[in-house]
Amino acid sequence: MSIIKSEKLAYEYFRRDKDGAVDGIVRALNDIDLDISQGDFVAILGHNGSGKSTLAKHMNAILYPSEGTIWVNGMDSKEPEHLWEIRRSAGMVFQNPDNQIIGNVVEEDVGFGPENMGVPTKEIWERVEESLKAVGMYAYRKSAPGKLSGGQKQRVAIAGVLAMHPKCIVLDEPTAMLDPMGRREVIRALRALNDVENITVILITHYMEEVIYANKVFVMDQGNIVMEGTPRQVFSHVEELEQLRLTVPQVTRLAHELRKTGVRIPEGILTAEEFAEAICRLL
Amino acid sequence: MLRDITLGQYYPTESVLHKLDPRVKLLGTLVFLVSLFLIPNFIGYIIATIFLICMILLSKVPFSFMVRGLKAVVILLLVTVIINLFATPGEVLVSFWKFRITKEGIYASVFMMLRLIYLIIGSSIMTLTTTPANLTDGMEKALSPLSLIRVPVHEIAMMMSIALSFIPILLEETDKIMKAQMARGADFESGNLIRRVKNMIPLLVPLFISAFRRANDLAMAMEARCYRGGDGRTKMKPLKYHVNDVIAYVLLALYLAAVIVIPRVILA
Repeated sequence: MSIIKSEKLAYEYFRRDKDGAVDGIVRALNDIDLDISQGDFVAILGHNGSGKSTLAKHMNAILYPSEGTIWVNGMDSKEPEHLWEIRRSAGMVFQNPDNQIIGNVVEEDVGFGPENMGVPTKEIWERVEESLKAVGMYAYRKSAPGKLSGGQKQRVAIAGVLAMHPKCIVLDEPTAMLDPMGRREVIRALRALNDVENITVILITHYMEEVIYANKVFVMDQGNIVMEGTPRQVFSHVEELEQLRLTVPQVTRLAHELRKTGVRIPEGILTAEEFAEAICRLL
Repeated sequence: MLRDITLGQYYPTESVLHKLDPRVKLLGTLVFLVSLFLIPNFIGYIIATIFLICMILLSKVPFSFMVRGLKAVVILLLVTVIINLFATPGEVLVSFWKFRITKEGIYASVFMMLRLIYLIIGSSIMTLTTTPANLTDGMEKALSPLSLIRVPVHEIAMMMSIALSFIPILLEETDKIMKAQMARGADFESGNLIRRVKNMIPLLVPLFISAFRRANDLAMAMEARCYRGGDGRTKMKPLKYHVNDVIAYVLLALYLAAVIVIPRVILA
């Protein structure tokens, strides 16, 4: 069953000069056709300004399409009566962890979503507990968010979305402001949610290393989806990716360079282990 | 280090006062402050002092913390005492040069001093025993009848609690911008007052811009989590009155009655 589906989705906004007069029209998204199934782990890659964040905001009905339609869990985002149901079923995690934490205590922040939905008090506590446990932050439930590390704050933000019992979580560059440790924490939490709870994860990023766990990758450029497939398929196009100013993981790149010099190593190697195996087979 | 600053002056410990409903404490403080202005003579002050001492003991907050708030108003206290001492007409006790100290003046200045000290200690007890979050919750609930006349009580409380939680973040940001501007040669420390205020501009402009950006992000994050104002919202930690709160209300009423009635009865 498809959780997010779009047809000919386009989004335009006016660019204004400093007097506020319309200066031109920017087409941030251009005829996007998407179909994401329940339980997928999807990665959307793209350089700055490729339209990937704009696309993410359509999945949560923060932005509405100028043309075309997007259905979230079967609901058309343009119909106002579906607004809250869409926002409940497709939760959103943003880039800056400091700017999305509302509560003064971790557990209060996680409870914010369910409070807004009008969930009874007793159930809010149950949801907060299970969500914090799912991201491994239960031990910090009484802490002040300001005292947590970046990776921990993002996990709290993910728990905050989880407590709304979404079908799908959209993450708009959740790791861009984190150190490598924090990035690993967040990605591990997301993989666990996808595996165990079968929640659809849509990860928007420009870190290629995070993409290898996805089962579907979309590459965006200038408002268009220019590549689509499994990480292996996408990463076998090293040159095209570099033209889009995206850097492939180091091992993939090494394998690609070796192949160019005549070593018979397969395309689209994603991890160091795979690389070692391929080399061993050659020897 | 900026992260460790405590907001307000909450003193975390376990006491009967800490556990009281914030609404009781809000009303209690209000009643105590008003009672100070209803006291006609020293008998009333004795009752108020006993009440205040009981509260200090119940709160389990060290007395030194209560007195801390007084430091800020020492000068105000002195000025009021001196003015009351010399400027009250009445039966002259001591006089030198142009100054006269009257019996009424001594009474007035002692009462005024006690009144001010009690005002400050009384309100510190509330802030010392209640977290800012709890306090805003209490205000929201206590003022909720006002929403009938279209006062946006929930929104005001939400704004207060967001403002409180963003203070440490903005302080940290100020620190960062200050260092960045100092690295570029900005000077925040020398010059007279006007010069210094002018030098704050390169600090304030980036701070405001970033605050607005944060506000924008936060608003989006709140909407994404289904925030749509106070209607139909449930509470994770709803305020509920317990037995202790009822007892506190009764004691409060008894105190108010005592302060108003006893001094007048004894005088009569």
